[in-house]
Amino acid sequence: MYEIISAISNYMLPAMIVLIPLYALFRKVPVYESFVEGAKEGFPTAIQIIPHLVGMMFAVAVFRDTGALDFYLQALVPLANWLHIPPDILPIGILRPISGTGSLAFVESIFHTFGPDSFMGKLASTIQASTDTTLYVITVYFGAVGVKKSLYALKVGLLADLIGFIASLVICTIMFGGM
Amino acid sequence: MINYIWVFMIVSGIIAAILQGKIDLVTTAALTGAKDAVAVCIGLISILVFWLGMMKIAEDSGLLKKLTKVLRPVAKLLFPSVPENHPAMGYILSNMSANLFGLGNAATPMGIKAMEELQKLNPEPHKATPAMCTLLALNTSGLTLIPATMIGIRMKYDSANPTDIIGPTLLATIVATGGAVLLDRYYRNRHFRGINPYKK
Repeated sequence: MYEIISAISNYMLPAMIVLIPLYALFRKVPVYESFVEGAKEGFPTAIQIIPHLVGMMFAVAVFRDTGALDFYLQALVPLANWLHIPPDILPIGILRPISGTGSLAFVESIFHTFGPDSFMGKLASTIQASTDTTLYVITVYFGAVGVKKSLYALKVGLLADLIGFIASLVICTIMFGGM
Repeated sequence: MINYIWVFMIVSGIIAAILQGKIDLVTTAALTGAKDAVAVCIGLISILVFWLGMMKIAEDSGLLKKLTKVLRPVAKLLFPSVPENHPAMGYILSNMSANLFGLGNAATPMGIKAMEELQKLNPEPHKATPAMCTLLALNTSGLTLIPATMIGIRMKYDSANPTDIIGPTLLATIVATGGAVLLDRYYRNRHFRGINPYKK
């Protein structure tokens, strides 16, 4: 099953790059002009995102690099113990929606200490892989079109991350056994 | 909510730096963060230019419309407020398929393009519409069939069975995405009760 899906993934990009223009040419579309026409929008869109992303990422960096993050993570250790969540796992769940590279660092340190095939390693992998960096996605998508009021989108994203975290804990415990 | 989180991060960072007597940490961190953000955007330029060009060909040739037709039932269920033949639908569906197959760097441009199309239906451009929030709910929960990046990292750490996590990851992401869609629906109904967000 994995081989099939990963083969599809590998072939999909090259196939798209060849088949989209080919089909368009067959439909008598001036493909090169179309491409340039659409590609033109790429640059201004990327530039438009800059202020939004700078605003978000500098705040995340201040939070992380000054040690504030570590302080809160330490404070949460008793909570993790009380909930029977391994204390090394909690930082991944908390950081995942805020900073993808930040939580990945914790995953890699678990790989170092326990190994990727340990229960902890598999659980960490699942939490890291089963969701996207909510804060980044919201900043980029809304930033690109200049929407400032994101209504309930962030709330939904963060709650879904919490659901994903709990689901990962439950599923891994059932599939790989014991904490 | 985003305002509170933002100020919370900055203020706790400054307090932490003061308590350690290393106030210069704040400046260094702020500038590093800003620099990284610009680097990410610069990296996005090539991806956006390339994929927006490709997708324009797909749109002009009618390929995008075909995709929309095939997946219409799913789209209608998730995005009831988007008109059936609107180009936004085509981009939303391309974004979802790219995510599903783990084509991360193609998914972002398609999602952004979908946002631009949805923005055309928006009477108040500074405010999100329900359809935008649904698109974000699907993207933040990260529905994907194969966690290729994670498998790669596990291989780097000499995992004996790097693909062991496919099953649990898929289950967890389905639960999270399902939760996101339901929560989105709940908050949409609560937020827009009795008002039509597409009318001024």
